[in-house]
Amino acid sequence: MTQTRPQYSAADIADIARRARIHILEAVAHAKGGHVGGPFSAADMLAALYFRVLNIRPEEPDWPDRDRFVLSKGHSSIALYTIMAMRGYFPVAELQTFDAINSRLQGHPDMTVTPGVDMSSGSLGLGFAAALGIALGARVQQRGFTTFVMLGDGECNEGIVWEGAHVANRYQLDNLIAIIDHNKLQQFGWRGETTSERITPYTGSQLADRWKAFGWQVLEVDGHDVQAFLDTMDQARAAPGGPVAVVAHTIKGKGVSYMEGNYKWHSRVPTDEEFAIAMDELGASEGGGA
Amino acid sequence: MTALAPGKALRVAFGETIAELARSDSRIVVLDGDTGSSTRTDIFEDEHPERFFQMGITEQNMLGMAAGMATLGLVPIVSTFSCFIVSRAHDSIRVLIAQPKLNVKLMAGYAGLLAGMTGKTHLMFDDISIMRAMANMTVVAPVDEIETRQALAAIIDYPGPVYLRLTRPNSPILFDDTYRFEVGRAVTIREGTDVTVFSTGTQTSRAFEAAQILAGEEISVHLVHLPTIKPLDVDAVAGAATATGRVVTTEEHTIVGGLGGAVAETLAEHAPLPMKRHGLQDVFGESGPNDALLEKYGISPRKTAEAIREFVT
Repeated sequence: MTQTRPQYSAADIADIARRARIHILEAVAHAKGGHVGGPFSAADMLAALYFRVLNIRPEEPDWPDRDRFVLSKGHSSIALYTIMAMRGYFPVAELQTFDAINSRLQGHPDMTVTPGVDMSSGSLGLGFAAALGIALGARVQQRGFTTFVMLGDGECNEGIVWEGAHVANRYQLDNLIAIIDHNKLQQFGWRGETTSERITPYTGSQLADRWKAFGWQVLEVDGHDVQAFLDTMDQARAAPGGPVAVVAHTIKGKGVSYMEGNYKWHSRVPTDEEFAIAMDELGASEGGGA
Repeated sequence: MTALAPGKALRVAFGETIAELARSDSRIVVLDGDTGSSTRTDIFEDEHPERFFQMGITEQNMLGMAAGMATLGLVPIVSTFSCFIVSRAHDSIRVLIAQPKLNVKLMAGYAGLLAGMTGKTHLMFDDISIMRAMANMTVVAPVDEIETRQALAAIIDYPGPVYLRLTRPNSPILFDDTYRFEVGRAVTIREGTDVTVFSTGTQTSRAFEAAQILAGEEISVHLVHLPTIKPLDVDAVAGAATATGRVVTTEEHTIVGGLGGAVAETLAEHAPLPMKRHGLQDVFGESGPNDALLEKYGISPRKTAEAIREFVT
């Protein structure tokens, strides 16, 4: 199989993710709507996937032998679009059409309009099932690509995730890697000491333990440490036997101090002042362009 | 009055036909929701074990996995009871199959009133209404084993999602081997002058028997079978309705939004005229022997004839 993975360094990828966060916030501010917290927790991993891990051809989005990627946590679509635009699937300027009427960049990923989006998603848990079907279908057709799917930790509340986790183990889908963006918060979630404090849906090793209990091989990694994530992806690809779940420990809103760990930034449009602070923290003056 | 010849259950014709079609079509895979011994995908598993996938009792996941397989050019045939496809897995169908228009075939076994002593949880007779409302979905309900075989061959080659309604009991044979099913095409079963009756699925055999009963009373029924509820054969419906000026729809399905709804919508716009919707009323079902259910819920041949008679006299 032709290898078309460019050799970006971990540092290159970290900087791509930094610039992606700038684009993401610009797009959400421009659209006056959209999600921020989840896209920011996933940005480093998406950059690593599209700039190093996935075997893809942006100039030929439907290349049959490409690795597949399904963003099952579809509400983080703007992060996916941004990374794909930076990788060359469509112009970065098109990010300004996010959520606009007639746009190819819909609020949740739509495989019928966006080049390179392998599966529509948005209703949580469904993308995971579709990814399992792609992996099983690849086995039927004896095709060598790997299917990657990214879920949120809140998404793991959904029963369909565990239906699929059972079936994937039953069929020992060794051509599938699930990445769980464990950013410790969901949209609203459970109350902590006060209303403004929300607690993690899965404490300690609960999430990893659940995947292990379903017979998956589980790897854990810091989802913001690009080199560690790249190494973990290599390890996941090489892992013998059944499906692999990578529990990636992340911070919701990662990259902007006032957003980090604050559930209110799940989906919120920044004020002008907040936007300026974020741009400053993300180093927009050091180069925010594509 | 000539009685219809006995025939196989549609589920048996389904199991046999998909096994046969898969011999020459390597795109076909079957996903079973742990009901294969009832829906008869066991026939397929015996012949093509490498293309049969037991999904267990995971309907939402099963429909989602089928969508993923379809993106690779496979033609997934998903089989379980109608209630579990339509109700349990509705979201998976809507988001992953209908919206992206993926080539998944939904094989809804045990649809309708006669699901073998199961009761209201399993008796699914609002499936046509629900699936018909979903954009990009084609809805087909065959009447006998001959039409089931032909419909299967046709929909495997018909691009996009299709919902096929299959039933449990043995069904009498209405068609002969010269019959040719076509997606979206109405079929005239019997010419008549007093009233036009539109029917679909297995109810068409009962409507045929009802027409024979009424012929003995000099009520001449023009019977049109609509095996495809969506897309509806609008020209045939408007034409046949206008020819007699009076319309009855009959179905083994709720009168709310199913065939009756589809025909009413069509006629209201194209040929408004007096009409009655006959079928299951706005209710849920219950356990019971088939004949008792058909009588109690008013869709036996005798009750169907009664409904038509009342409307025309």
